[in-house]
Amino acid sequence: MWSISKITEIIQHWLNQTFNPTWALIFEMVIAGVCVIGLFAVLGLVLVIMERKVSAWIQIRLGPNRVGPKGMFQSLADTVKLLVKEGMTPDGADKFLFNLAPVIAMIVAMLLMAPIAFAKDFRLWDLNIGVLYVSAISSIMVISILMAGWASNNKYSLMGAMRSGAQIVSYELSAGLSIMSIVVLTGSLNLSDIIYSQSDGWWIFKGHFPVMIAFVIFIIAVTAETNRAPFDLAEAESELTAGFHTEYSGMKFALFFLAEYVNVFIVCAIGATLFLGGWMPFHIGHWDSFNHVMDYIPSSIWFFGKTFFLIFLIMWFRWTFPRLRIDQLLNLEWKYLLPISIFNILLVTVMAILKWHF
Amino acid sequence: MFEEIGTTTEGDLIINVGPQHPATHGVLHLVITLNGETIKKVEPHLGYIHRSIEKMCESLTYRQFIYVTSRMDYLSAHINNHACALCVEKGLQIEVPPRALVIRVIMDELTRIASHELWWGAMAMDLGAFTPFFHAFRERESINEIMEETCGARLTMNYNVPGGVMADLHKEFPKRVKAFITLYKSKISEYAELVTGNIIFQNRMKMVGHLSVGDAISYGCSGPTARGSGVSCDIRKLYPYAVYDKVEFDEVLETGCDSFSRYIVRIREMQQSVRIIEQLIDNIPDGEFQAKTKAVLKLPKGEFYTRVETARGELGVFIVSEGGTTPYRIKFRSPGFSNLSALDKMARGSKLGDLVAMMGTLDLVIPDIDR
Repeated sequence: MWSISKITEIIQHWLNQTFNPTWALIFEMVIAGVCVIGLFAVLGLVLVIMERKVSAWIQIRLGPNRVGPKGMFQSLADTVKLLVKEGMTPDGADKFLFNLAPVIAMIVAMLLMAPIAFAKDFRLWDLNIGVLYVSAISSIMVISILMAGWASNNKYSLMGAMRSGAQIVSYELSAGLSIMSIVVLTGSLNLSDIIYSQSDGWWIFKGHFPVMIAFVIFIIAVTAETNRAPFDLAEAESELTAGFHTEYSGMKFALFFLAEYVNVFIVCAIGATLFLGGWMPFHIGHWDSFNHVMDYIPSSIWFFGKTFFLIFLIMWFRWTFPRLRIDQLLNLEWKYLLPISIFNILLVTVMAILKWHF
Repeated sequence: MFEEIGTTTEGDLIINVGPQHPATHGVLHLVITLNGETIKKVEPHLGYIHRSIEKMCESLTYRQFIYVTSRMDYLSAHINNHACALCVEKGLQIEVPPRALVIRVIMDELTRIASHELWWGAMAMDLGAFTPFFHAFRERESINEIMEETCGARLTMNYNVPGGVMADLHKEFPKRVKAFITLYKSKISEYAELVTGNIIFQNRMKMVGHLSVGDAISYGCSGPTARGSGVSCDIRKLYPYAVYDKVEFDEVLETGCDSFSRYIVRIREMQQSVRIIEQLIDNIPDGEFQAKTKAVLKLPKGEFYTRVETARGELGVFIVSEGGTTPYRIKFRSPGFSNLSALDKMARGSKLGDLVAMMGTLDLVIPDIDR
């Protein structure tokens, strides 16, 4: 119905009419780049205010309520504060790496946005190995954290970075394996193929039990990968003050902060795409009239609705669970999640071969 | 002496936790020797908030010095005042009217609940769960309001004077306390759901921070810290004061010797405190709230010692009098100091994350340790 592709087509048509093809392409790229940066900033602000409101709701308080209607512009005000704050570099820090680390964190988060379909046919890069791209790029994130921890010349930072390194590297395995189960069922690494394969029902419903297990493991693993509580050992406020970003202040800290929230958005978007059909409306097999009604809801609303539901779930974890200890964290991955994932992917493969799914 | 800060030749990492650190809840300074994440040694450095309260008390009269003691263990301020008032009364042999005794005990137990509520929230926060703190403060707030209505202060009550309490209860007091008890009882299940029953929480607490019975005794631990190791040390039971010998309550003992036992002891102790208040709130005797005392108090020459059970353990007050209007020497035996000394024993060999949990279960209040 209301598809963003119509708008993009109008823009492309107009550009091609007005300029020669080379300039049209350049302008398109610039527009896309501005869109990503804009989306990045807006997402950061929206997620921060959402986190604060959700936490306030869970913690029986009001949350920000002074700046703008119901405090909606609080994160904007915070951004202005962080922008004008002095960016300190501690003595003895490796200045180059210290300043590079937050930039890398942000670049990684931005790169991850490329293959995600925000609405029907609305994505920056229709990559045929989208799933592989996402898991490859997201592992670069750990480098920025290690870099920040090492360059800060602070023992707390170093410990936080080492914890984070061990954590992200381990949890990437089960996250990857749970993603693989969908790839096995779909037979494609392309994210848009995966979405189209769910036009008669989302994988979480079509895939029986094994896909549900994969979904749960995916949510646990990405919570750990994005360093969110109960796996926030890299930050661990009560143990390591602020972990790897103890020494960061001002905009450099804000970049880490923004990158964390955008990463949360991205992993939830990937989760929504793989398990909950991305922008695909809720369809049930051959109930054509029901499916038709569902199609009336714009695809972007479907996508953002599912993604924000998953984000809410992850925020809910953060504000109710205590933190794990480092050895318990690694035990959970290597002794429980990884064996279960490996067994699960076997089940999924058998299911895919015998076509037991709907 | 301070050790040299930095990595040693064996590759150990020495880090400073505190004096400004979110986990220490005050200006406690711990020098921790780490091997990777494993703790090899914990060395507390004290004195950052030493205000020489004992010395200050020596220049204040017997009526005045009680107020200073509110600032020692500010979370059980009323119980500190109670201990000092008891000691002065012992010296002067003042007969405290029964109404004052009951009021004191009710307020003591309310203070204990408020203190344990704060501990519960703060300890959950040490473990990385932020929400319990706000839930704990909701209940603690209603106690603070009762305190404010009764004594005019929310934290440092100064309600006890030698011979009784400073002012009579207001008419609404029993109603307010009953309303609080109803509120508290409706929230007990929430505590269990949110924290106690949580699998991550239990894994973090069980089999961690082992303090054996022998160690608990030899380090002089008291209060819930020692009772978590199965040491019976409740002063309210062993050496009853005020009306504690007339009310029914259990001394909470757990034999797990770990962080979880110390946690459970405090949770159950709150319920025992509620039990004590329930027995007394309808039976506050009529009569005077304060005994008639002289305008200027002079303790006879001699040494006087009393002890009470604060929220943290045994608080002892030792007064040496030369017969003047001010004490010659005052010594406080504070529970936090002895409890903290066991931290090194508990923490060795466990992980850094556990140290924070152990400090949480010791329920440290730094002004109480330093005085």
